[in-house]
Amino acid sequence: MAYAAAAPHKSMTLGEAGSAIAFAALALLSIIIAAKAYTPEYAFHAYLFAAGSVAAVFAIVNRYYERPAELPPLTIDGKPNYNMGPVKFGTIASVFWGIAGFTIGLLIALQLAFPALNFDTAWLSFGRMRPLHTSAVIFAFGGNVLIASSFYVVQRTCRARLVGDLTPWFVVLGYNFFIVIAGTGYLLGITQGKEYAEPEWYADLWLTVVWVAYFLVFLGTIMRRKEQHIYVANWFYIAFILTIAVLHLGNNATIPVSIFSPKSYIVWSGVQDALVQWWYGHNAVGFFLTAGFLAIMYYFIPKRAERPVYSYRLSIIHFWALIFLYIWAGPHHLHYTALPDWAQTLGMTFSIMLWMPSWGGMINGLMTLSGAWDKLRTDPVLRMMVVSVAFYGMSTFEGPLMSVKAVNSLSHYTDWTIGHVHSGALGWVAYISFGALYCLVPWLWNKERLYSMKAVSWHFWISTLGIVLYISSMWVAGILQGLMWRAYTALGFLEYSFIETVEAMHPFYVIRALGGALFVAGSLIMAWNVWKTITAGEDVREQLPQATQPVLVAAE
Amino acid sequence: MAHETQGPVDSVTGVTMTGHSWDDIQELNNPLPRWWLRTFYATIIWAVAYFVAYPAWPLVSSYTKGVLGWQSREAVEVDLAALKTQRSGMTAKLAEASLEDIRQNPEVFSFALAQGKAAFGDNCAPCHGAGGGGAKGYPNLNDDDWLWGGSLAQVEQTIRHGARSTSDEGHQGSMPAFGRDGLLQREQISHVADYVRSLSGLPVDKAAKLDEGAKVYAENCAACHGDTGLGNMETGAPNLSDKIWLFGSDKAAIVEGLTNGRGGVMPAWHGRLDDTTIKALTLYVHSLGGGQQQ
Amino acid sequence: MSLWSRHKIFETNSIVLVIGVLIVIAIGGLVEIVPLFYLKSTIEKVEGIRPYTPLELAGRNIYVREGCYNCHSQMVRPLRDEVERYGHYSLAAESMYDRPFQWGSKRTGPDLARLGNKYSDDWHRDHLKDPRALVPGSIMPSYPWLEQNELDLTKITQDMKVQATLGVPYTPDMIEKAASDVLTQASADDPNSVDLAKRYPKAQSRTFGGNPRKVTEADALIAYLQMLGTQVDFKLYDNKANVR
Ligand code: HEC
Ligand code: HEC
Ligand code: HEC
Ligand code: HEM
Ligand code: HEM
Ligand SMILES: [Ca+2]
Ligand SMILES: [Ca+2]
Ligand SMILES: [Cu+2]
Repeated sequence: MAYAAAAPHKSMTLGEAGSAIAFAALALLSIIIAAKAYTPEYAFHAYLFAAGSVAAVFAIVNRYYERPAELPPLTIDGKPNYNMGPVKFGTIASVFWGIAGFTIGLLIALQLAFPALNFDTAWLSFGRMRPLHTSAVIFAFGGNVLIASSFYVVQRTCRARLVGDLTPWFVVLGYNFFIVIAGTGYLLGITQGKEYAEPEWYADLWLTVVWVAYFLVFLGTIMRRKEQHIYVANWFYIAFILTIAVLHLGNNATIPVSIFSPKSYIVWSGVQDALVQWWYGHNAVGFFLTAGFLAIMYYFIPKRAERPVYSYRLSIIHFWALIFLYIWAGPHHLHYTALPDWAQTLGMTFSIMLWMPSWGGMINGLMTLSGAWDKLRTDPVLRMMVVSVAFYGMSTFEGPLMSVKAVNSLSHYTDWTIGHVHSGALGWVAYISFGALYCLVPWLWNKERLYSMKAVSWHFWISTLGIVLYISSMWVAGILQGLMWRAYTALGFLEYSFIETVEAMHPFYVIRALGGALFVAGSLIMAWNVWKTITAGEDVREQLPQATQPVLVAAE
Repeated sequence: MAHETQGPVDSVTGVTMTGHSWDDIQELNNPLPRWWLRTFYATIIWAVAYFVAYPAWPLVSSYTKGVLGWQSREAVEVDLAALKTQRSGMTAKLAEASLEDIRQNPEVFSFALAQGKAAFGDNCAPCHGAGGGGAKGYPNLNDDDWLWGGSLAQVEQTIRHGARSTSDEGHQGSMPAFGRDGLLQREQISHVADYVRSLSGLPVDKAAKLDEGAKVYAENCAACHGDTGLGNMETGAPNLSDKIWLFGSDKAAIVEGLTNGRGGVMPAWHGRLDDTTIKALTLYVHSLGGGQQQ
Repeated sequence: MSLWSRHKIFETNSIVLVIGVLIVIAIGGLVEIVPLFYLKSTIEKVEGIRPYTPLELAGRNIYVREGCYNCHSQMVRPLRDEVERYGHYSLAAESMYDRPFQWGSKRTGPDLARLGNKYSDDWHRDHLKDPRALVPGSIMPSYPWLEQNELDLTKITQDMKVQATLGVPYTPDMIEKAASDVLTQASADDPNSVDLAKRYPKAQSRTFGGNPRKVTEADALIAYLQMLGTQVDFKLYDNKANVR
C-alpha cells in the first residue's frame, strides 16, 4: 500500500472507474429488483447479481490500490508480455464444470434406468436436471475451455498481449457468473423452455454484454498481432464468437413479463419459433461444439505433434464451406414435423453437402500427424486428441446420415440421437478439451511436464471404454426403439404399445449409466493429475527454453 | 498451382510449406485430396438433383414444388390407404357383422382380437393395466366381475360412451359424497363401513356396531347396492359381498369413498377410435374376462 | 497470382474476415427463416384454433417449468405408425399461439399432441403424483408438489398483456377477466363457465386437480393437458385445401 501510494501519477483508468461505477449502479438496481421481485426465486437471483456487483466493485478498487502506477507493459525485453491469469482461471473452471456436468449426466442416466432417483423432489427431477446437464457440459465445461484456449492461442499466435486490463477478467468471471445464474435457475424452475437456450431473459442480457466484451478482446488482440497473417485457428475462433452472438440474439428475442418477473415470452411462435430454435440449436453445434473446438484442434495438435498443419488450402476451403453450409442444416431437426416440406428439403440436402467440409477438418487434423504417428504410442495426450478427431469424423458422417429423411423418420425422437450427440460430445468435444487442458496446465504453470503420464493413459482407457459403452448401447437402444414404434404385426396392426418400448430400453439405460460412471471416473483422474501438476510438478528449468513447450514470460 | 509464398520444404514429407509460422506452427501446402474434392462435388450434384425432384426453394408467393410432386402429407395418406387395403377384407367383415357373429367366425374373431390387443396397449392399459388387470379405482377386466355388465353389448356400450364421461350417452350417476355433503355423520360412516366389510366376510373390530351399520345401509345404500350388497349394473354400483374391490377393502379406503364419493371416469372412445376399433376392443375385452353370454 | 493467394485479404485484415464471416453465415438463415413469415402456405387455414385460457396458459407455463418437453414431444409426424398410435398428424396452425413451441426432440415418454380428453382428470392427478402406481413400467418422475402448490393468480393478467402485444388475439375483455376466468374454469358448476366458453370456445370447466378448495398447479397443468389437440375437428379438415 505504501508503495502504491508513493508511486507518482497513479490514477484510475477510465475502464476501472467506469466499470466500478457501472457495477455499483447494477448493485443498486439489483437490490431494487430483489425487493420487488414477483417470485422468491427471482429475488434470489437479484441478490446474487447484487452480491456479484458489490464484489466486483470491491475487487476493482482493491486491485487498483494493489497495482503499480503503470499498467503491465505489452512487451518485456521485446518479448510479448502475455496475460495468462484469465486463461488459468478458465482452465481450472473447465475442469470443475466438466466434473459437475458429467456427474449430473450420470445422475440423469441413472434416473432413466431407476426413476426412484428423482427423489420426488422438484429441483432433482429429470426435467430440470437434464437442461442442467446439457448447459453444464456445453456451456460451462466447453465454454470455459473455449474461452481459456482462445485467450491463450490468440496471444501466442499473434505474439501480442490480450487487449484490455480488466476486460479479459470480466469475460471469464462474467461468463462463469452467467453459468451460475443459468444453472441455479433451472433447479428453481426458471427456464425459457427452449433446448440449449433455457436461461431466461436477464441471464441472456448479461451474457450478451459478456459476449460482446469477449469479441472485442479477441478481435482487439488479433488487431494487435505481430504476425502479418491470421492463423487458421483464429479464423475458427472468430467465426465461433461472431455466429454464437448472432444466434443468441435471434433465439432469445423475448419480452419479459416485467422487469420484476423472471418470465418472458418469445416473439416468435409455433412453426417460426421452431425453425429459429433449430437454426440456433443446430448452429450451436456447428459453431460452439464444432468451429470452436476445431480452432483448438488447429493449435494444439500441430503444437503437440510438432508437425506442420497438413494442408493450408484445405483449411481455406473447409473453413468457408463449413460455415456457409452449417447455417442451412437446422431443419434436419424438424423432419416430418409441421415445418413446410421445402424447408426440410433444404435442411437435408445442406446436411449432406456438409459432410465433406466437416471431413476436411478431420483430414487436416489427422494428416498433421503424418511423419509423427509413432508419437501416438508414447504420448497419451496426443492419442486423446487424435481419437477425438476420429470421433469428430464419425459423428459428422453419422449426422448427414441421420439427416436423410428416411433415416431420420426412424432415428428422430429416439436414443439414436442421444448416441449421436454423445459420440460428438464425449468423443470429440470432451476429448479434444482434455487434450488441450493436459497441454495447457504445464504450460500455464511453468511446469516441465504433467505430474503423471500414466494417469493420462488411465484416463484415456477408462473413458474410452465408457464412451464405447455409452454410444453402442444408445445405438442399439435407439434403433430398437425406432423399429418397435413402427413395427406392425402380420395382420397390419401396431405390434408394441408405447410402454413396452419404454421397458425394452431398461438394460441399455443401465449400460449407458455404467459407461457414464467410467467417464466420470476418468475425469476425476484428470482433476487429480491437474492438481498434482500445479502443486507438485517440477518447475521449468530457467535457462533451457524448450522448443516444444513454450516458456511463459511473466505470466500472472 | 504453386503457392505465392513458396516456403521451405518439410524434410519429413518433402512437401513445400507456405512459409508462415505462428508460435512455431507451420503449414504444408498439400493440395486438396482428390477423393475428398470429388465426393464433395458428388454431394452437391446429388443435392441439386434433389432440389429438382422435391419441394425445395422458397419463392415470392410460393415455393418450388419439385417434379415428383411429392408431399409428406399426401404420402402418409397413401401409406394409410395401403394399410387399409392390407386389412381390407377383414375390416369390412368386422364392420358389417354383429359382435356375436364375429365371435362365431374364428378367422374374423382372431383378426378382431389382434386389432383389439393393439388398440388396448396405448389407450386402455394406462388405466386398466397392461394385461387388463386393473389398478386401484380402475376395474380389472379379467375377472368376469362387471360394474356395468359383461355382455358384448354392455361392454361395447361402456367402451363407446364411457362412464361419467363427457358423453351424454355414457353411464351416469355415482355414489354421493355422504360425508362431505353432510348426508351421514362420521360415526355413521364408520359403522356402515364395518358393516360393508362384514358383508363379504372380512374381519371387523370387536367393538364395531354392525347393527347400527346395517341400519344406515338399509336407508342409504341398499337402493343402489341392493339389500344384500349384490350390486346393481344399472347404476354401476359394485357388488359389496364379493372379494373384488375397486378401491380397496381396508376400512380407510371405504371410509374415504363414503366421505368424498368416488365417481371414477371411464372416457368415451367414440370419436377418438373408429367403429371397427371399438368393436375389436369389445371382443378383446370380452374375451379377457371370459365374457358373459347374453 | 493464383486463386489461393487471393485469400490473403482475409488472413491479413481482421475486419474483412469478420465481415466475410457475417455475410456467409447470414445467407442460409435468411433464406430459410424469412419466407416462413410471408408464405401463406406455412400455416394452414383451419377452424377452431384459439388462444389459451388463462388457466391453460398457467398450466402450460408449469409444463415448461418442469421441463416436460425433455421427454415428451407434441408433434405427431405424418407417418403411418404415428398417425395410428396418436391420431391425426399435427398442423402448424395448432401451435400458432405457442411461445415457446413445445414440439420436443426426444420421446422418452409418448407424444402428447392428442392427449386432451383421452384420460380422466383423476387419472392425470394420480399419474402426476405417482406414475408407477398406474403404469408400473413408467420411468416418468413423480410430481407430488403440483397438487400442493397453490397457483399464483396475481400476475396472469400481465402474462396475457405481453402475449397480446406479441399478437395473440387476447381482447381487453379477456385480459380484464383473466383472474376470475381462472377461478371459473377451475371449479365445477360455476355459472360463468358458459360465458368463459364463449370467450374461449370448447373451454372445459371443472375441478381438474380434484381439490375444490383451492386452485393448484395441478389444476392448471391438467387443464392444459386436457385441452391438447382438442381444438381442431379433423373430420372437417381438408388436407387438399392446404397443399403445402
Ligand atoms: C382414464 C382411465 C381409463 C381409460 C384410459 C380406460 N378406462 Fe375403462 N374404465 C375406467 C374406469 C375408472 C372404469 C370404471 C368406471 C366405474 O367406476 O363405473 C372403467 C370401466 C371400464 C369397463 C367396464 C368394466 C365393468 O366392470 O363394467 C370396460 C369394459 C372398460 N373400462 C374398457 C376400457 C377400454 C376397452 C379402454 C380403452 C379403449 C378403457 N377402458 C380405457 C377408466 C379408464
Ligand atoms: C346412487 C347410488 C349409490 C348409493 C346410494 C351408494 N353407492 Fe356405493 N357405489 C356406487 C357406485 C356407482 C360405486 C362405484 C364407484 C364409483 O363411483 O366410481 C360405488 C362404490 C362403493 C364402494 C367401493 C366398492 C369397491 O369395490 O371398492 C363401497 C364400499 C360402497 N360403494 C359402499 C356404499 C355404502 C356403504 C353406501 C351407503 C352409505 C353406498 N355405497 C351408497 C353407488 C352408490
Ligand atoms: C423422464 C422422462 C419424463 C418426464 C420428465 C415426464 N414424463 Fe410424462 N411420461 C414419461 C413416460 C416414460 C411415460 C409413459 C409411461 C406412463 O404413462 O407413465 C409418460 C407418460 C405421460 C403421460 C401419459 C401419456 C399417454 O398418452 O399415455 C402424460 C399425460 C405425461 N406423461 C405428462 C407429463 C407431464 C405433464 C410432465 C411434466 C410435468 C411429464 N410427463 C414429464 C416420461 C416422462
Ligand atoms: C458422464 C458423461 C455423460 C453422461 C452419463 C451423459 C448422460 C446424458 C443423458 C442421460 C442425457 C439425456 C438423454 C435423454 O434424454 O434420453 C444426456 C443428454 C445430453 N448430453 Fe450428456 N452425458 C454425458 C456427457 C456429456 C457431454 C460431455 C456433453 C457435451 C459436451 C453432453 C451433451 C449432452 C447433450 C447435448 C444432451 C441432449 C441431447 C438431446 O437433446 O438430443 N453430455 N446426457
Ligand atoms: C456434419 C455434421 C453433422 C450433422 C449433419 C448432424 C446432424 C444431426 C441430426 C440429423 C440430428 C438429429 C436431429 C433429430 O432427429 O432430432 C442431430 C442431433 C444432434 N447433433 Fe448432430 N450432426 C452433425 C455433427 C454433430 C457434431 C459434431 C456434434 C457435436 C457434439 C453434434 C451434436 C448434436 C446434438 C447435440 C444433437 C441433438 C439435438 C437435439 O435434438 O437436442 N452433431 N445432428
Ligand atoms: Ca366388488
Ligand atoms: Ca433434444
Ligand atoms: Cu443439427
